[in-house]
Amino acid sequence: MAVKSLIKYEVERDPDFARWVSGVVGGERIRNCIQCGLCSASCPLSPYMDFTPRRLIHMAREGFKRDVLESFTIWLCTSCYSCTVECPRRIRVTDVMYALKRRAIEDGVYPRRFPIPVLANEFGRMIRRNGRVTESWLVLRVFLKTAVLRLLGMTKLGTKLFLAGRMGMLPETIRGRKQLRTLLDTVEAHKKEVAA
Amino acid sequence: MKRYLYYPGCSLRGTGKAYEESLLAVFRALHIELEELEDWNCCGATAYMSIDEVSSFALAGRNLAIAEKKNLDLLAPCSACFLVLNKAQRYIKEYPKVRQTLEHGFKAAGLTYHGTTKVRHPLDVLINDIGMDQIKACVKKPLTGLKVAPYYGCQIVRPYATFDLMYYPVTMDKLLRAVGAEVVDYPLKTRCCGGSQKGTLPEVGLSLIHILLKEAHRREAHVISTICPLCQFNLDAFQVEASKKYGDFTMPVVYFTQLLGLAFGFSAKELGLERNIVGAKQMLAKFAPAAA
Repeated sequence: MAVKSLIKYEVERDPDFARWVSGVVGGERIRNCIQCGLCSASCPLSPYMDFTPRRLIHMAREGFKRDVLESFTIWLCTSCYSCTVECPRRIRVTDVMYALKRRAIEDGVYPRRFPIPVLANEFGRMIRRNGRVTESWLVLRVFLKTAVLRLLGMTKLGTKLFLAGRMGMLPETIRGRKQLRTLLDTVEAHKKEVAA
Repeated sequence: MKRYLYYPGCSLRGTGKAYEESLLAVFRALHIELEELEDWNCCGATAYMSIDEVSSFALAGRNLAIAEKKNLDLLAPCSACFLVLNKAQRYIKEYPKVRQTLEHGFKAAGLTYHGTTKVRHPLDVLINDIGMDQIKACVKKPLTGLKVAPYYGCQIVRPYATFDLMYYPVTMDKLLRAVGAEVVDYPLKTRCCGGSQKGTLPEVGLSLIHILLKEAHRREAHVISTICPLCQFNLDAFQVEASKKYGDFTMPVVYFTQLLGLAFGFSAKELGLERNIVGAKQMLAKFAPAAA
């Protein structure tokens, strides 16, 4: 059993991270949080989280970068926006969760072969290539990369879906793929320019 | 005749095919014309937001820019598409840093974006543009006796409740009543179905799915009516697994457009009712012979 300090010391804080989180889209008002806990109370995923949204918000704005980015909480968020509409201080908690997911992916701080970042990445790659998502291929690729064995357990459902005509095997594509890539490339380049 | 631009989104061409089939049938019956958005791309859904925020707004932005040229309202039946398109529009307006970055992208891609397109949901269009009288006039076989649990899911009313109540939406309830069905009180109507969690964290996803099914069963609903392809997929495709783990019952999960379609006299095949994993036809046939 790993021993972990449950008390946080000021010296563990990363002020840059705290500044960064209050600058992300949706996090502008994070310092207004009164720790009322409506986010945690309304969150349907709270029971599974290592830190509830209320605690995570507090830790993030105080700069406890490691705990926040390594937390399971951010990957449990399904973007149902319950917390966002409940927050009396109008903090867009869902957007903050998105920002933390992006940061964790950027910094490479997530469990290896963890399916959620793999899903996000495969999803992005497919849109870049085809302009649309073909669900059957997406699911197949994610399982191949994360849990090949679970794929075998899914064959029965997969067959049923295929027979029901709900698993198109032909990848959907758009004509304006080049235009879409130009758009995404320019946007990403400009974002880096601004950040630099 | 009312006319709209139609943005199907990826799911309605995949697992949610029956949603498209039944939606098109119902709209045809109501003489609403739909023109598919030319060369539309994926909206980015929730997954792209976890990779890059501004790019995900760019994905939505391309669709909105193409739509703008037509000067028609854009109909988005999928909840994720509906939210993402609405959110992108709002954030592009609200955040100068997002807008400036996107402007560079739009220019390079030869697109013009003003943010003038109205993104609408079928529920909104049916209630506010078409109206109950016209819908009632189309009913050939009222769904008398059918008890329905109306399940809206999250992203249709959160964070933007543009056409319905945020905590207790009622537009679908009204439509179902108009075609003769009985709507049961379903307090979980906007609770999360787990999204893609069933694929990534199966135990968590399955428990969220079960909570929704159990409540509908407890309230003695015959079917659950959904408006989102992901909600329908979760509750339908994983129901066998959920009942194996938590106790056995059958609860068909259909799209609200399939129920309207049955009342309008369309056949099960025309409405894609054969695509359900948990068979819906047998249950529905007791109340609507056309479902058999």
